[in-house]
Amino acid sequence: MSGRIGIAQRLYKGQVSFNFVGRRRTWYVISAIILLVSVGALVFRGLNLGIEFRGGADFAIPNATCSIEQARSVAESKTGSQAIVTSAVNGTIRVQTESLTPDESSVLAGELANTCGVPKGEIKVQVVGPTWGSEISKKALQALVVFLLLVSIFLSIYFEWRMAIAALVALAHDLVITIGIYALTGLEVTPATVIGLLTILGFSLYDTVVVFDKVKENTRNIAGQSVMTYSEAANLALNQTLVRSINTSIVALLPVLAIIIIGAGLLGAGTLLDLAVALAVGMAAGTYSSIFIATPFLAQLKEHQPEMRSLSTRVKARRSQASKSRTGEAEGENVVGTGEVTTLIDGAPRQQPKRVSRSRRSKS
Amino acid sequence: MAPPVTSRPARGLFALLIVLVGLLAWAFWPGTPNTVRLGLDLQGGTQVILVPKPVTAGAEITDEQLQQTVAIIRQRVDGLGVAEAEVTTQGTGNGAAIIVSVPGAEQDRLVDLVKRTALLDFRPVDTLLNPQPFDINATPNPEPSASASASGSASGSASPSATPSPTTTFVPGTSLVQSPDNSAAYQGEVLALDCTNPEAYTGGIPDDPALWLGTCERTGEVKYNLEPAFIKGSNVTGATAGLPQNGVGSWVVSLEFDSEGAKALAAASTKLSALPDCGSGVSPCNAFAIVLDGVVVSAPRFNEPILGGQAQIEGNFTAQEANDLANVLKYGALPVTLEPVDITSVSPTVGNDQLRAGIIAGLLGLVLVMIYLMIYYRALGIVAVISLIMAGAVAYLMIVVFSKTIGLTLTLAGVAGAIVAIGITADSFIVYFERIRDEIREGRSLRQACESGWVRARRTLLAADFVSLLAAAVLYLLSVGSVRGFAFVLGLTTIVDILVAFWFTHPLVVLLGRTGWMQKGSRWTGLDADRVSGHALTGEVVSKSRRRQNTDQETVEVPSP
Repeated sequence: MSGRIGIAQRLYKGQVSFNFVGRRRTWYVISAIILLVSVGALVFRGLNLGIEFRGGADFAIPNATCSIEQARSVAESKTGSQAIVTSAVNGTIRVQTESLTPDESSVLAGELANTCGVPKGEIKVQVVGPTWGSEISKKALQALVVFLLLVSIFLSIYFEWRMAIAALVALAHDLVITIGIYALTGLEVTPATVIGLLTILGFSLYDTVVVFDKVKENTRNIAGQSVMTYSEAANLALNQTLVRSINTSIVALLPVLAIIIIGAGLLGAGTLLDLAVALAVGMAAGTYSSIFIATPFLAQLKEHQPEMRSLSTRVKARRSQASKSRTGEAEGENVVGTGEVTTLIDGAPRQQPKRVSRSRRSKS
Repeated sequence: MAPPVTSRPARGLFALLIVLVGLLAWAFWPGTPNTVRLGLDLQGGTQVILVPKPVTAGAEITDEQLQQTVAIIRQRVDGLGVAEAEVTTQGTGNGAAIIVSVPGAEQDRLVDLVKRTALLDFRPVDTLLNPQPFDINATPNPEPSASASASGSASGSASPSATPSPTTTFVPGTSLVQSPDNSAAYQGEVLALDCTNPEAYTGGIPDDPALWLGTCERTGEVKYNLEPAFIKGSNVTGATAGLPQNGVGSWVVSLEFDSEGAKALAAASTKLSALPDCGSGVSPCNAFAIVLDGVVVSAPRFNEPILGGQAQIEGNFTAQEANDLANVLKYGALPVTLEPVDITSVSPTVGNDQLRAGIIAGLLGLVLVMIYLMIYYRALGIVAVISLIMAGAVAYLMIVVFSKTIGLTLTLAGVAGAIVAIGITADSFIVYFERIRDEIREGRSLRQACESGWVRARRTLLAADFVSLLAAAVLYLLSVGSVRGFAFVLGLTTIVDILVAFWFTHPLVVLLGRTGWMQKGSRWTGLDADRVSGHALTGEVVSKSRRRQNTDQETVEVPSP
């Protein structure tokens, strides 16, 4: 136990540092591959849209005594078109057909009730007109655009526009991956899925805001010194909030996991399950992107700023000077969160030169 | 960043106490409902989403038309006699949607009820009959529920009678009995009509005003044989409910007609008022029936000729009944056509299952999160767990209060939102606790760390929660259907999160941080030296300059794993 906590402590001090920012190319490549797969799946496989989006009728028959084949033949003979029939673990049979008029759906519900030995009132029926789905999608899209606009304004004011862009890039990343997973697995996209996606918006941004807040704090007076580059300071912030990020992800995923277990076990497919699957994927992606995408991307944007560029030059000059003056012990000397640390330095005996104390640092 | 050295924990706790007591009183005030209203997906029932389309293509739907439509639908749905039926609108103009939710109602009947176009006409009453199908020995003839005076007293029987719950399938249109003349065959059909059957008095398709009509009072209490219409609904130019001008008596409905209607009214009232009162075996008699969608809404009696084109219907109306009748007269026909775009019906069994599963999932998620927090944060974990319970309690009370004030209904999507909120709320505590640890690592004493850590965590929390709140607000305002319920709960829990973090968790941590036990840094505190940093938590002795340096010092003190 104390080992893990020790790591938290050393992460904070920068004695243990994962080089998230410095190795951004690696993360970009990984994300690019995942994004490509997602987009590819979306283009070539497409989404399995629920009847709420394409229109149709859906009958859920609990405790059905009929076989899937019987239900299908009833549905297809009544509607004269193909029907999708599935059964869930809890004995519910689901029949989906093309959109029906209310009268037609009533008749079919009655037939299914007879065939499957359940009272007609027990059958859960949903009939959706084909135009309604596009209406919902349009509204959701509208909400999305308005939200993104507002949140960009907020982030630009609270942080700065570069952080807003980085946060939105991370957000887009999460959404594309989540949608890609749906395309890839063929899971049905329902309004609950859309709710899940919209929650991911909030969650992904929330996560990024917490990390960026620390970055902002660490880089407040960064231009006035020459010990650390922006990237290094950002990386330190990431490492300092790493424990929190992991804890948060676990704590956020636990209830979602509970929904998946209960949803799959007790209910079969349904609102809860649809929502939870989207959330689980999106939250995982959100945590990943706030660490591996948002902050490295932000650092990249910032490094293009003239002040930050000159800072980098200063830091470099200073380091080469330091290594000249103290040959032999330069390697382990790297300052807190340096961009050069590529692996977990753990427990190795630190060559312990006297580090420049803070008061002296800021004078230089 | 100068942290305030002391905060006043008692103040925050007291503020939360006031909020809690206030919510408790509001939520459980005796005599008011104190349960959460459940959505149809959790209690069973039928929901129909209708999109109104203007009658003439290309026209814009006005707010007034929308309100009229909702009023008419509400009236029709209320006619079902189901408590808690709900008609709401979302959006405006041509993008508007009307959502009708009726617990327990059957799908077919509801759809038919709400989307049909209504037709209003006024017909002279030929005969008043028992509601039962004809059986001459069964019951005595009914007294007319419709009585009227010249400015008319009316059938006040607007209160829905207790009817057996409709179990038969309703096939619209079968209950209309019409004929070009008052033939014997037609009269036989009228006699055979069973007005105790809900199918017969719900109203199906519009009747033909030019034909005789045998139909029922819409409560199913009386059966009528009606002559062809003398005034059509389109002749009515205005109808208002109000108290009589002399201030005596109950509510009345005033009617105005156009010139054609006034002429027809004058002729009909002159002829009818000379006839005897309606009653057993009296045919024809002096009442006229207001027929909406083939069923009789009201049947006032003419006491004298009405020549001015203005009439007043009196009866023992309540304000509600009078307004309803006035609305029927004014907007008998829907001002728009309605297209049902989404029909969902859920049986009560399935609804209960979903509710149960939601509750179980929520509790399981809560317990898992609590266990994790306890293991990782020890004593602070207990604070977090208590805070979570507190947040849950406040959120529940708020939902109850919103249920009764603005009619919030909790749907499955809302339950999911609440479950997701567990994680987001717990995250606030994590952010705070990690900040405290950071401050201790910077060399502050526990007391100082609880304060200065809060100052920093607070900023982060507010920024992050603001983003959540923004998402919830935008979703709530711009989306339709279940997304809205979810957004509402998400926004609500975000506010609760802020409330609890500021007024409960922080004060509690500060109080805890003042105890000697926490400062000693036992390993059960969650902040012990071993786990967090090397220096003593009672660090009052740590001088400022030492604090600056202990960054380096500690690296020596921390034991390697």
